[in-house]
Formats: sequence, structure tokens, C-alpha cells
Amino acid sequence: MTQENLLMIPEISVVILLLPLLGFLFNIFFGKRIGRLSSTIATGIMGICLALASYIAFTKFVYYPDNGMIQLKFDWFTLGPGNAVSVGIGVDNMTAMMLVVVTLISFLVHLFSTEYMRDDKRYSRFFAYLGIFTFSMLGIVIANNFLFMYIFWELVGLSSYLLIGFWYEKDSAANASKKAFITNRVGDLGFFAGIMILFFTYRTFFFDDIFAKILGDSLHGIAPILPFNSGFWLTVAGILIFCGAIGKSAQFPLHIWLPDAMEGPTPVSALIHAATMVAAGVYLTARVFPMFTAHALLFVAYTGAITAFLAATIAITQNDFKKVLAYSTVSQLGYMVMGIGVGAFTNGFFHLVTHAWFKACLFLASGSVIHAMHHAMHHLNDHHTDPQDIRNMGGLRKTMPLTYLTFLFATIAISGVPFTSGFLSKDGILAGTLAFAQLTGNWLIPIAGFGAAGMTAFYMFRLTIEAFHGVPKTKIATQTKENKFVIVFPLVLLAVMSFWFFYSANPIDASKGWFASRMKAPATSVPTAYQFRFLVPEERLKQEEEAQEKLEKANVDENTEKLKKRIHEELEIAYATGQENRDSVEKYKQEFLKNKEEAKARARHPLMAKKSMKDGSGEKEEFLTVFEEKIEEAHLPAMFISVLIAGLGILLSFTVYQFKAMNSDNLANQFGLLYRLSYNKWYIDEIYDASVIWFTLNFSKVLGLFDLKVIDGIVNLTAWVARLAGQATGIFDNVVVDGLVNLIANVTGTLGSIMRKFQTGRVQTYIGLTIVVVILLVYFLA
Amino acid sequence: MQNFLGLGPLTWITFLPLLGMIIIFLIPSGKDEKGKETSKQLFRWVTIGFTFLQLIIAIGIYLNYTAGMTGINVEGGFQFREHYNWFTVTGLPMFGNVKVDYFVGIDGISAPMILLTAIVCFVASFASFSIKKQIKGYFAMYLLLDLGMMGVFISLDFFLFYVFWELMLLPMYFLIGIWGGPRKEYAAIKFFIYTLVGSVFMLLVIIGLYFGVHSFNMLDMMDPLKYDPTSIFAPGHGWWRNVAFFALFVGFAIKVPSVPFHTWLPDAHVEAPTPISVILAGVLLKMGTYGMLRINWPMFPDSVKYFQCFIAWVGTVSILYGALCALGQFKVGKRDFKKLIAYSSVSHMGYVVLGMSSMNSSGMSGAIFQMFNHGTITSMLFIIVGVIYDRAHTRGLDDFGGLANKMPIYTGIMAIAFFAAIGLPGMSGFVSEMMIFLGAFMAYPILTVISGLGIILGAAYMLWALQKVFFGKLPDRWSGPWDPTHKIYKTDDINAVELAALIPLAILIIGLGIYPAPMFNMMNATVNHLVEFVRIGGGF
Repeated sequence: MTQENLLMIPEISVVILLLPLLGFLFNIFFGKRIGRLSSTIATGIMGICLALASYIAFTKFVYYPDNGMIQLKFDWFTLGPGNAVSVGIGVDNMTAMMLVVVTLISFLVHLFSTEYMRDDKRYSRFFAYLGIFTFSMLGIVIANNFLFMYIFWELVGLSSYLLIGFWYEKDSAANASKKAFITNRVGDLGFFAGIMILFFTYRTFFFDDIFAKILGDSLHGIAPILPFNSGFWLTVAGILIFCGAIGKSAQFPLHIWLPDAMEGPTPVSALIHAATMVAAGVYLTARVFPMFTAHALLFVAYTGAITAFLAATIAITQNDFKKVLAYSTVSQLGYMVMGIGVGAFTNGFFHLVTHAWFKACLFLASGSVIHAMHHAMHHLNDHHTDPQDIRNMGGLRKTMPLTYLTFLFATIAISGVPFTSGFLSKDGILAGTLAFAQLTGNWLIPIAGFGAAGMTAFYMFRLTIEAFHGVPKTKIATQTKENKFVIVFPLVLLAVMSFWFFYSANPIDASKGWFASRMKAPATSVPTAYQFRFLVPEERLKQEEEAQEKLEKANVDENTEKLKKRIHEELEIAYATGQENRDSVEKYKQEFLKNKEEAKARARHPLMAKKSMKDGSGEKEEFLTVFEEKIEEAHLPAMFISVLIAGLGILLSFTVYQFKAMNSDNLANQFGLLYRLSYNKWYIDEIYDASVIWFTLNFSKVLGLFDLKVIDGIVNLTAWVARLAGQATGIFDNVVVDGLVNLIANVTGTLGSIMRKFQTGRVQTYIGLTIVVVILLVYFLA
Repeated sequence: MQNFLGLGPLTWITFLPLLGMIIIFLIPSGKDEKGKETSKQLFRWVTIGFTFLQLIIAIGIYLNYTAGMTGINVEGGFQFREHYNWFTVTGLPMFGNVKVDYFVGIDGISAPMILLTAIVCFVASFASFSIKKQIKGYFAMYLLLDLGMMGVFISLDFFLFYVFWELMLLPMYFLIGIWGGPRKEYAAIKFFIYTLVGSVFMLLVIIGLYFGVHSFNMLDMMDPLKYDPTSIFAPGHGWWRNVAFFALFVGFAIKVPSVPFHTWLPDAHVEAPTPISVILAGVLLKMGTYGMLRINWPMFPDSVKYFQCFIAWVGTVSILYGALCALGQFKVGKRDFKKLIAYSSVSHMGYVVLGMSSMNSSGMSGAIFQMFNHGTITSMLFIIVGVIYDRAHTRGLDDFGGLANKMPIYTGIMAIAFFAAIGLPGMSGFVSEMMIFLGAFMAYPILTVISGLGIILGAAYMLWALQKVFFGKLPDRWSGPWDPTHKIYKTDDINAVELAALIPLAILIIGLGIYPAPMFNMMNATVNHLVEFVRIGGGF
């Protein structure tokens, strides 16, 4: 990076990052003492952050739109000469946009919470937690390396844990927070494994360095350095990194934690579990987009499509206001992931941004409703009714007009009706899926996408009609009142943000707007052989072809030199990692040569992807422009179909719930099995409980018993045997050894007492004895 | 750092507790008519004073430590060296002239351990306020234990090492056996005999090595040229060297403890009083892995490579087995809080073994750093359990719930310790675990990913315990006032003495989590030297 005047962009982004942390520290230590002032401080800090973020976004978009990433890199710690762990921060267009999204929503949620959480006994604690969440989320946004990303990734996990379990007296809240943390850890293990593969191969954590190294030598016609030197492992690394996103962005099959996370206070659901944190996974997917191979992209696209469809089917039958919104969030996140997976990078990210506004609006509006319901219940002295059940609402349109209007508008946006931001981004993604399907034949993806779009329109209007239209279904609903300004103001602002004109002058096509021009998809780094050909930029293909020709012309010696050099380098890596055992080096060398030959062969006939493409327009034109043209072509049909489907969904919703032309209970009975599947969330929680969790818990129980009985049993058995041997020795000692000693003593004693008999002390006896002995002696000696 | 009274800082830091012990012996325990010890406060503060002095010296050593000096097998690379002849016995049959040196010094492996020992002993002396009987004897034993531990980490003469190693065993035996819980005798004897078995292995190898180099100097034992070529552990006698390595490894693995030699640990922890659990987990376990790094790795670099994969397996199995057993505590037995942490120690020390098996600088420095971090984090956990035990006289996880409202400060501190144990970024445990994983991945990718399951299981059992004790509703029995008949205190929040023990640890954990460079700078040169030494096989 040249030392030009960057208008302090990196420095200010660090300030934005650290301010919420300061707020957290202040509120955690002094919050209780200052009481209500804590929220003022926290909200003020967010206001400053918002102002600074807007400044960064403005300068970046206006003065440095084409600058790539403006970065700061530094060594965190070193492990010896030339072996440092480096980290840093960076700001590119995507970061700048995210900074605004995070700080604005965080600011509005802070504002909203000052009223919403007014009566909570841990008021200042709540704002402290919001602070640490915002800090960690901003950290994810401005990380320019995998390590920082992972660190803040875990920290948002922590703040999410704290905030879901904010009302920890409720067991359900404590359970939900634990579930969220552990489920996320499962995804994070994959994420970390991916990071390990990349670090092992490239010795760096920085995004740009890794991408550059992946691209590496492929431009020069020699085998690229890939994880473990193969495209297969690059795919694996990509999918593993994406596992992190599966966890955090609640993609199938790890989506189970998000609906439960609704146990947290509603402003938290708006901030963390709708607009920002759950979008972090999508952000990560967008960040590492350049390193996804064709297969990894397919995996991403299908994951997103399945999630979008599955979650939409569940949302249709739920009765809890927030649960419907939660499943709708899962579904929309699936959309974004699907968009990035099919290569519609810009629109995927665009949907992240637009969704942030209208989903935050929906959640805050639901918070407004729940708040009003609570107050009404309090008023009526009712503590049993569920204030979140839509079957207890109805007719709120009259009592809460502003909340209703904002909610309605956000619903229109999420359903993808023209003139809203949601229409623009959703249409872009759907066009992308159509183009992708045309080029690769994966038609299931657009089908899932359009299906989910229709269902979204249906269940969102079902929610609106059930809650706001008709007549009040309970007395509570009649007693609700519109909330105060600080609650309504964020709603209005967020609803306004969902108009099209913020992103593009053209209400039906955003591709020419300022947003699209500044959030262009980054060029892929993956060697052409492993990538969809239509995603590889034209210049690079040309360059590679030239390099290929040059390589073939160049003399053989030079090639061999290069080869030797590479083997040498690989050997050094092998040494450094301790695999310097000769056999393994030999094996490594063989593998290396083999890989190299294969890669060369592939490079000579590039583009396996070409074969799978069903495009007859000749080879040379299959460049990135083709994909863009296809999207352009697909734009109109996509728009037509999506408007039609959304309209049908809305119509159906009105028919069933507003005009009651069909009885919803009858419908449920008619589709009994499907209804039960949907209502019970496809039994996914139950399946996990009965399989993975059951197995782990019982296995750990068995192992605990094994430890107690067998391993410790062996130890105790050894001790027992030793004691037994000791006792045996003791007995032997007592009976035999001591017995022998005693026997000798006894014998001696007996002998002694016999002898004593002779010691009479009388002279006559002695003389007599002497005579006897003398006679005997004479007799024997003679 | 200047010598004081002709003795170097290492001698001072090691033998200061002896001075303290003598002073404690000289103070009369002064029983009043009720049989209460009147000078117990004095014993406490003498101990705190001496451990504090020790800590000051440790900080002095840290400040004067020269980063970049190697050590391991280079005498010049050791710092604060003292090398005198201790005693010489002449004309022994077979042995000839036996010369034993007082040879001490530290390098990048022992320096963090010295710091750790000083910190943990200081902190645990505050936790010792909960000891209520035979206070004089307790603190005397405590200081003797302190001496033994320090001695192990500074010794460079194998004889001296062995003396300290055994010296530390004795006070530990009494500390568990006298001041422990209901099954104290069982636990104390189990601990004693188990460790003694390890010591026997060590002794045999020491004798074998002695016949090779005719010296007890550890550095000589690392030099292939010093060996008598006919001796059994001489270079080239690969089979015998492997046997010796394995015997030593088992001896140290008992101390670590690695599965399957770990069952003494849960018992010892459950029965030991709080401060002794702290020392046990905080320092004693590290001696096993320290011994491996100081003795096994550089003395038998050829065998290390032979056993490398085996060692990695030992690490992986310990990680998963310990974690699963900890999780299993929720289904088996009395759900003892301490037992849970004991099993988590088995798991966390498994990470150290895994890191050491990697034979590269990331894995090795991660392992040493993890030794330090496990020391601080687990000490914190045990003190925390002690706090609750002192109030409620139970450690059963089922007996609690909803303490977060009753004891908010306590809960905050607790959360730090728990999340540090889970390996949350921003805490020191994350950095070390990350380095271990990165290093181990380079050597054994598949094993490392399997070991990674340990971090999920770790989160599971830790959060489970956290929820059981702190969340939910407070049982009625804890909410009432002081009940003299059932000896149940009302659960009041943490007090100043307990905070004094916990806050320094919390600061260290978070500080090193954010800025771990000081620790790495201290050990880099030594670790890189060791890695290189093992890589070239040390000439064996």
C-alpha cells in the first residue's frame, strides 16, 4: 500500500471498533451505580460510531471506490526469526457498507431498548452486553485475516450466548443460549479446520495473501500451490470454512439454534439474530468467495437453497410471532448464501444489506407489539396468556397504527413486491440462480428459490393479517396502545430505508445503481481447472493461454530447474514440519511430481468445467461477461415469475386469513402429514436428540462408568493384590519364618530345661556323673 | 540480577520457603483454653509474606531474563546459573567416584514454570484461609511443597532433580491425607504410590544414564560424545534407548496425567482442600510435561521421533477421554464440581501432550504456553469451587441453581474462568490451544481434527455446569438466613480475600490472551533450539 493520504480510514475504523468495547467496560463496572445513565452513554457511543462509519463509507465510496482493501498489518507475536503470527484490519467497499449497517442498526436497537427494557432489573447489564456484541461484530467486519475473523467470530458467539440467556432465570432461556453456543461450536470446528489447512499450506492468515498464493503460479503455467497441492483439498478447505457460516448463519443442518434463540429480549433478536450476527456467515462466505472452487460453490448454493426452502415451509404453520420471523430469517439467510453460491455475489451481499433493514424493522415492530401486549396484560392483571402468540392478537391495526404501517411495509419488502429494496435484491438473486441453472443445469436451485419466495409472501401476510387485521381475538388485544416515540422512531426509519431509491434510481433493476457498481464480485483466485469457466475473468484466461504457449516453447532445462526449485521448497516445508524421515520425503516427492504432472495435464486442456456447461455459444466466449449477460437475460423472466409468485402467495394469504374463503383448519387437515411435518419443524430437533446427542451423552456415561469401574478398578485391584500379597507374606512371616525362629528357641529352651535337671548343685551327683563319664571314656577309648 | 548474600536468585526463590517454614516452626501455636490456635493469623501472613517475596523475585527474574538465549543442552544458554559441587563420594564399588552438583539454571522452558509456580503459590496462600485445623502444620507443609516444586523446575543435575521430585511428594501426601475430605487417606495413598511408581522408572533410567556418562549432569546426558560406547543407553543402542524413553515417558505421563494413568487425579482433587487442589492442578501436573521436555525430548531425541505418533495418540485420547468423562459426570456418580474440573484437566493436559508431539515451534511453544495457561485457569476454577464450598459445604452440581442473582460478582469472575477454560478468544487459553492445533496439524492433520472435537465437548460440559449452578432458580435452602443447626451459610457474595486470589489470575488470563508476546518472546529461542535439536536427532 502506497503512503497516500487515505483520509485516516484505517485509523478511524479502529476507533469505531474500540468505542463499543469502552462502553462495555464502563457499563459492566459502573453501570449499576449510574443506573439509567448507562443507556444514554451506550447509545451516545453508538451514535458516534454511526457518524464515523458514515464518514468512512462516504470517503470510501466517493474517493476510493476502486482501491481494494485499505489495510493495516502488524505482528501479534513471533515464534522466532521470520516466523510471526500477523494480523490486521482492512476496509474495502464491503466493509464500509457493513460498518454502516452494523452501527446504524445497533444505534436504533440501543434507542429502542431504552424504552423496551425500562423495567428490567439488569438494565445496565443489557447495554453492556449490547456493547460487547457490537464490538465483536465490528471486529468480524474489519478483520482482514482469518485469525481475527475467527477470534471475533467466537466473541459474537459469546455475546449471543449472554444475550439469549439474558433472562437466565427461565430454564428455556438458559437452554437456548447453551444450544446456540454449542451448535455454533460445531460449525466453528469446521471453520478452524479450514483455517488450519490454509495456514499449513500458505503460512499466513491474510485473505489477500492467501488468495494471491492460490492464484500463484497458475498464471505462469506451473502447478499452483494448493492445500496439500490439490484442487480437491482447496474444495475441502472452502467447504470447511463455509461450515463456520453454516453455524453462524443458521444454515441447514445447523439452523436449529436460531428459532430457540428467540428466548432473548426482542431488541436482541432484531440486532443479533436477524440483522447482523447471523449475517456474519454470509459476510464470511462473501469474503472468501475468491477461493471457492466450482464444487465448493455448488455446495454453498445447494446449502442455501435447501435452507431457504425448508425454513419457509416451517414458517407457514408457526403461531409464535417471533418464531415465524425467526424461520423467515433462516430462509432469507439461505437466500443470501444461495446467491453467493451461484456466483451472484453482488446480489447476495445486496440482499444481506436490504434484509438487515426490513428484518430489523419487522423484529422491532414485533417487539413493539409484544411490549404493548405486556402492558395490556399488566393492566388487566393477566399473567398467563402468551403475549407472543398470534392467536391472542388481531385488530392491532387500529390500536397501533404506526407499528402496523411500518410492519406492513417491511412485509411488502420481504415479499419482494416492486418498488421495495427487497424486490431489487431478491430479484437479483433469482436472476442469478436462473443464469446459473442455464449454464450448469442445476435447475433445483432456482426452483427452491422461487418456491421459497412464494411461501415467504404467504406466511408474512398470514402473520400481518392474523396479528393486525380483523377483530381483536382477546381482551388484551383491545387494550393495546401505540408505544412511545423512541420505540416507533426506529421502526419508521427502518421502514423508510426499505424503499428502492436508496440503492438505485431504477425501481426494478439495481444492476446500474451505485451499490452494484461498488460491490462488484472479486475475481476468483482458483486455478481455472477447478473453477466454473464463466467465473474466470477473460484477461486471466488469455494470460494463462499465453503462458501455456510460452511454457511449451521454453526449453526443457528451464522447466527442470523450476521443478527442482519447487521440490526443494517443498522439502524445506517438510523439514520444517518435522517430516524429515527419508521415506516420507521420498513419498512426498513422488506425490508432488505426480500432482504436478496431473496439474500440468489439466492446464494443457483447461477447464473441466467447460464440459459440463450446456452452452453452445462457442468456447472463447465463456467468460465472466457471459455470466453477467445471462443474468441480464434472466432478469426479466426472473422478475416476472417472482412478482407472479409473490402475488399468488399474497392472494392466497388474503383468501385464507382475511376473507376466510377457505378454512385454515380444514386446509391443515387436508394436508395432514405435511402440516405436521411443518408444524414440528420436520422433527429435526427430535432427530438430533435421538441420534447425536443421545449417543454422546450415553457414550460419555458409559465412559464415565468405565473409568470408575474398569480403569480405576484395575488400579484398585493392583492395590488389593499388593495388599493380599502383603498379608500372605505377613502370615508366612508370622507362621513360617517366625515359627522357625520360635522353634529353634523352643528346642533350645527344652534342651536347656532338660540340662538344668543335671545342674543339681550337689557334689555327690557331680562325682557320680564324673565317674560314669570316666568309665565310658575308658571303655570307648581303650 | 545481583546475587544476594552470595546466593543467586534461583537459590533464593527456591529456599525462601524453607526460611518461612523455620519461622513458622519457631512461632508457638499458642492454644488458648478452648484449644483454638491463637496465632493462626500470623501463620497465614508469614506464608503470604514469603510467597509474596518469592513472587517479587520471580518478577525480578522475568524482568532480567534475556530473551534469545537457548539453553536445553548448552550450559552457556542457561540464565541465572549456579554450579557448585554438592558432594562427592569416592571409591564406591561399581560406581567409582560419585560427584553430585548443585547445578541450577533456567531457560525458556523453565522460566514460565518458575513464574507460574510463584504466582500459583502466592494465590493459593490466600485460598488457604479456609483451612481451619492444625494451621501451623499446614503452612509448614505448604511451604515445603513450594520448595520442592521450585527445585524441580530449576535443577539441571539429575540427582538434584530427583531429590526435589521426591521431596515434593511428602508434603503433598500429608496435605491431602490430613487436611483432606472424607476419603482423604485413600486419595493420599493413591497419589503417593502412583507417583512413586513413576519415580521408580525414573530412578532406574537415571542409574542407567549415569553408567553411560559417569555424571549426573543433565547436559552431559544430552551429549552423545560423553557416553561410554559400551553402556546400554549409548548412541546406537536404539532398542535400549527406546525402552528408557518409554519408562521415563510413563513416569512423567503418570504425573501429567495421561490416560490411562489418570485415575489418581479425580480422587486427589475431590479429597484435597481447595488450595492444595489449586497447587495440584496449577503446578504439579505441569511437572509431568516439563519433565518430558527437559529430559525425554533432549536426552532421547532419536526415540522421540520413534514414538512421535504414539505420543500424539496419547494426547488425542486424553483430550477426548477426559472431556467425555467430564461430560459423563452429569450421568454418573455424585456430580461433584471438582471431579468435573479434574477430568477437564486431563483433557486440557492432553492438548499439551499433543502439542509436544508436533515437534515444530508452533506446537511446542503452544504446549508450553498451554502449561502456563492451564495453571492459571484451573487454579481459578478450583478457587471458585472452594468459594462456594466454604459457604454451602457441598460441591454437588445438583445442589445449586440461580446463584447468579445471589452472587453477581462471583458469577462474573466465574464466567471469566469458565470461558477461559472453553478456550474463548481474548483469554490466554485460546492462544495456546490455537498454536497447539496449528502446530499439531502440520504433523498429524487427521488426529488434530479429531482432537478438535474436544473443544465442542469442552463447551458442552462447561456450559452445562455453568447453567446448573448459576442459572435457573435458587433452591430455597440457600435463600434463607444463617442456619446454625444445619451449618448452612446464606450464600453471600465473594469476599476480599477470595478476590485477592482471583483477580490477579483473571488479569493474567485476559492480559496474556490479548497480548501473549511476552510469554512467547521468553521461550522462542529455547523452543526453536529444542525443535532443531530433536530434528537433527541430537547426534544420537
